[in-house]
Amino acid sequence: MKGKVWKFGNAISTDHIIPGRYFYLRSNLPELSKHILEYERPGFSEMVSPGDFIVAGQNFGLGSSREHAVIVIKMNGIQAVLAKSFARIFYRNCFNNGLPAIICNTDQFEEGDQIEIFLDQGKITNHTRKEDLSFLALPPVMKRILNDGGLVEHVKKYKDLRLI
Amino acid sequence: MGMTLTEKILSEHAGKEVRAGEIVIIKVDLAYTQDGTGPLAVRKIQEMGFEKVYNPQRTIFFFDHASPSPRIELSNDHAFLRNFAQKTGIQVSDVGLGISHQVVAESYVRPGDVVIGADSHTCTGGALGAFATGVGSTDAAVAIALGKIWLRVPETIRVVVEGKLPEGIYGKDIILHLIGKIGAAGATYKALEYTGDTIGGLEMAGRMTIANMSVEAGGKVGLFPSDEITRTWLDRMGRPEDFRKMSSDPDAVYEKTVRIHAKELKPTIACPHQLDNTKTIDEIGEVKVDQVFLGTSCNGRLEDLHIAAKILKGKRIHPKTRMIVTPGSRMVYREALKDGTAEVFVESGALLTAPGCGGCVGLHEGVLGDGEVCLATQPRNFKGRMGSPKSFIYLGSPAVAAATAIEGKIADPRKYL
Repeated sequence: MKGKVWKFGNAISTDHIIPGRYFYLRSNLPELSKHILEYERPGFSEMVSPGDFIVAGQNFGLGSSREHAVIVIKMNGIQAVLAKSFARIFYRNCFNNGLPAIICNTDQFEEGDQIEIFLDQGKITNHTRKEDLSFLALPPVMKRILNDGGLVEHVKKYKDLRLI
Repeated sequence: MGMTLTEKILSEHAGKEVRAGEIVIIKVDLAYTQDGTGPLAVRKIQEMGFEKVYNPQRTIFFFDHASPSPRIELSNDHAFLRNFAQKTGIQVSDVGLGISHQVVAESYVRPGDVVIGADSHTCTGGALGAFATGVGSTDAAVAIALGKIWLRVPETIRVVVEGKLPEGIYGKDIILHLIGKIGAAGATYKALEYTGDTIGGLEMAGRMTIANMSVEAGGKVGLFPSDEITRTWLDRMGRPEDFRKMSSDPDAVYEKTVRIHAKELKPTIACPHQLDNTKTIDEIGEVKVDQVFLGTSCNGRLEDLHIAAKILKGKRIHPKTRMIVTPGSRMVYREALKDGTAEVFVESGALLTAPGCGGCVGLHEGVLGDGEVCLATQPRNFKGRMGSPKSFIYLGSPAVAAATAIEGKIADPRKYL
């Protein structure tokens, strides 16, 4: 995975990612996804390119359980989300939808950096700054869900939960 | 080695002894969604290829966010959910019946249950001693289809609250104080368990407020041991047979203990735009308020309405402030009508809406405009939560809400008691 960094701050809630005022668009995902992070960065949906990364600070994805927050991130072509820490429900929702959520020291990245993530090796190469950064390996259960292509695909495959 | 309440409940549901840190697959006693997360959950169930659900009697679709629907798109979502429920036998709690977390506390949740809800405030059920936690639509879909979920058994942070609560201090002040103290991520991935003599004496309404906002500190659950107050609640709800006494063992292992001395608590306010941006009423200064909002899954119970009505009785709300009151459920609504509480609100100039979540989530029933300030009893104050991203949300107890409505600025309720 290789792409460009878009940087955000601490405590970005799912209300920030996709505000409640667009509740009525939840069954119209292409329309909903245009409003991604618009309070934090107006026009973000038009700026972002497929393959880019969202890179944030502490407690990314706190608040509401709305899985639409993860879905609009995916629909905008984001390949992975990196943060110093994630809120619990959002973290699960990412993997359930096949979107890697990586915990690392995001101070090492600046907006616009070109980075490459090696999920299996737990390594990120910052091509702009010519630096490598390691991150804690994904929990095995998360890796399993990701390898199956998300939780729906996992359950389709086994007709059951076979995660442990 | 003793077990925490979390470890006990999850062991029972895993069919073996489990400890903090383990990944487990457990059976689910109750699964529910609301109208904002339900349509996606149904699509996931269909995508997985299930035509039947595991236990339709213990699966509920709540219609509480758009209640009643303010838009065509949401009416269509409602129809989609009703149709799927009809085909599968899933229970429907339709518009007007109330907020999911309130209704399940009234009619479904039992001490020792595992409750999975596609709404972050599902943790409200922890007030009854249930392992109740919020998830996204996909996890809920799996819980509905298979009757199980995978979880990491969380470590427990014990919160001990001791001493007599001063007058004018409620469950809301305890939980806002705690979030201010440990931070909005202070309990991420952890179970919060509340004990101490203050908690032991707290009514179910106050416990539900604390359990509800446990997620605002990042907690997976906000658990209370079940006791005589739990028993009284279940009796009042007409289901005494659901009572079961449960608590952590005396030698259970906690990750840490946080102590709060009740006598030091003051009316506490969470200021824009983060939950842990808390101040006591003495530190707040002059904050003029356009709208006061009393209700939600956090503070929409009869006891909450009583606290506010006692302060408002015989008074008028400030001419430059509007006050919206949203009871948590039809049961609360009916009781407030019967005992005269509803009349106090109407006579004081407040308006009473149907039960629901719409105001808190910025959907309808009190959407804020640019630059507007709201004092709400709801669990969240994120930027744009109630409408305009240029509005400001302060959170406080029902007593603060009533005093604020009278004065038109954030006010100390203690002088009205």
